[in-house]
Amino acid sequence: MIELEGLTKRYGEKMAVNHLTFAVRPGIVTGFLGPNGAGKSTTMRMMLGLDRPTAGDVRIDGQHYDRLKDPLKYIGALLDAKGMHGGRSAFNHLLCLAQSNGIPRSRVHEVLDTVGLTAVARKKAKGFSLGMGQRLGIAGALLGDPRILMFDEPVNGLDPEGIHWIRNLMKSLAAQGRTVFVSSHLMSEMALTADHLVVIGQGRLLADTSMADFIQRNSRSYVRIRSPQRERLLDVLYGAGITVVETDGGTLEVDGGKPERIGELAAQHQIVLHELSPQQASLEEAFMRLTAESVEYHAHADPSLADPSLAGTPSPSAPPPPSGGQGRQAWGSDWKKG
Amino acid sequence: MSTPQHQMQQQAAPAPNWQAAPGTSYTSPIPVTRTHLGHALASEWTKIKSVRSTMWTLGVFLLLVVGIGLLVAAQTSDADYAEVPYTIPAFFGLILGQICLITLGVLVVSSEYGTGMIRTTFTASPQRYRVLTAKLLIFFVVAFVVSAFAIGFVGLATSGMHGGASDNKWGGTVLMGALYVSLLGVLALAVGSMLRHSAGAITSMLGVVLVPAILPAFLMMSESMRTIGEKMQEYNAPNALAQIFELDSDNGGGGPQLALLAGVTAAAIAGAYALLERRDV
Repeated sequence: MIELEGLTKRYGEKMAVNHLTFAVRPGIVTGFLGPNGAGKSTTMRMMLGLDRPTAGDVRIDGQHYDRLKDPLKYIGALLDAKGMHGGRSAFNHLLCLAQSNGIPRSRVHEVLDTVGLTAVARKKAKGFSLGMGQRLGIAGALLGDPRILMFDEPVNGLDPEGIHWIRNLMKSLAAQGRTVFVSSHLMSEMALTADHLVVIGQGRLLADTSMADFIQRNSRSYVRIRSPQRERLLDVLYGAGITVVETDGGTLEVDGGKPERIGELAAQHQIVLHELSPQQASLEEAFMRLTAESVEYHAHADPSLADPSLAGTPSPSAPPPPSGGQGRQAWGSDWKKG
Repeated sequence: MSTPQHQMQQQAAPAPNWQAAPGTSYTSPIPVTRTHLGHALASEWTKIKSVRSTMWTLGVFLLLVVGIGLLVAAQTSDADYAEVPYTIPAFFGLILGQICLITLGVLVVSSEYGTGMIRTTFTASPQRYRVLTAKLLIFFVVAFVVSAFAIGFVGLATSGMHGGASDNKWGGTVLMGALYVSLLGVLALAVGSMLRHSAGAITSMLGVVLVPAILPAFLMMSESMRTIGEKMQEYNAPNALAQIFELDSDNGGGGPQLALLAGVTAAAIAGAYALLERRDV
């Protein structure tokens, strides 16, 4: 259990973390989500006592981190893959960490085995690929068999097999009753692993909700319609009391509409339809909408050039349409202007 | 992690576990130990011996002190040692060799900042003062043992080559000389901890060692600066070593110089501790 209360970090004029209050509960994977520069890493560093908060408090099972007598057995953290001396072998890197907490040497072999680095245990860390470095970092986090695990962007640099591995690892760690806190800027990744979601933007808490709630609340469903007899169709739908939104590309959208009903209406009035498809906004879009106002570094791209694949990375619960963002206005076009 | 057996256990485990008592949900089979300085010392010992920079700096140090020492010993005659200790050939190597210890002292701490290892270290051991203490102790012991060995070896070899020339006691010069260069290294470690940057800290330390040795020549030219120049000449690092090895037998055996270095080192260590607790990593 990690509790944050009014946690604040200010660098000069800039509020990196602004009055964050939330709790990370054991037994589930909590996703910590936010765009780049939202303050995720700063928050994690403050949790680990590396950065001093300007105000507020973090408690680990009711204690301050620097009060922990055996920190590695409480918290295992992967902050960044570079948190190691490149000239030291994987084994020695883990050994010096183990010794600092009185963890037996045999445990080093165990975690090396868990992350699959036994074969390169005597190799220097600087020769490791990004993925191997990440695995070594995870081995370090697992070293004390801790009850709380914290991962900062753990899937960065991992290949698909590695990503699959770490997803399962996080789930199984949580299933053992541990607290798992994992940061990411990829909603699609979180949708697969996290049970609970904490979203921040520009250091402020934007959402603290269960994953299921978030999905339900944020996945907008609508029906997309294309027809050569657009004006007639609009009249018919309007007459039936259905609100239609016209988009740039000439398609029509009906929020929360039933495709069956629209299809039947069109048939009754003998209107030709070229497309009638139920759509669901992806979680990625929902996330971008949520954090839109707080994105720190905007790319001011021409909306018409926006790559549809950026708007909706596939996620299991809400597969986006192949041409997700094409016809409609690009996401956040309003905030980009403002 | 994904064997069927494992998954079955995991699926059965969670619910009762975390609903019962949050925070005490998972108990590791690894015995809990309260960490203390001993753990930090073991950890720092592993660190210092598992990187190549230690072997390089100490290797070059030994090569310089022993190599130059033996060369000097071979070029001198028995009569040269009538009034000076047998360890004097080690002095010439130490003038250069001290830079190796300074480099190692800086690297022991600054390499952790350079590589990001420091975050891992302080996560594993949030009592930062303990980490710095362990680093200081381990480094001091390593530097002292290695330099005492080098100086002692040169002393033994020289007395073997020029035996019977004098009955000067030279054991004290081994300890004093080793102490002086080790303290320089400790000072470098403290400076490295404050500056957190290898090149910056090494450069600063070279300044500390070299500037007081060069500057007096210029200061002496001006009448008003003469006293400062003289003090600087008396207390600079190369001269301190010369005093310790009784190169200039008129003055004392380097006691005041050693005391000054100890004072400066203590102040730097105090500064390093103060900054360590206050700063973000």
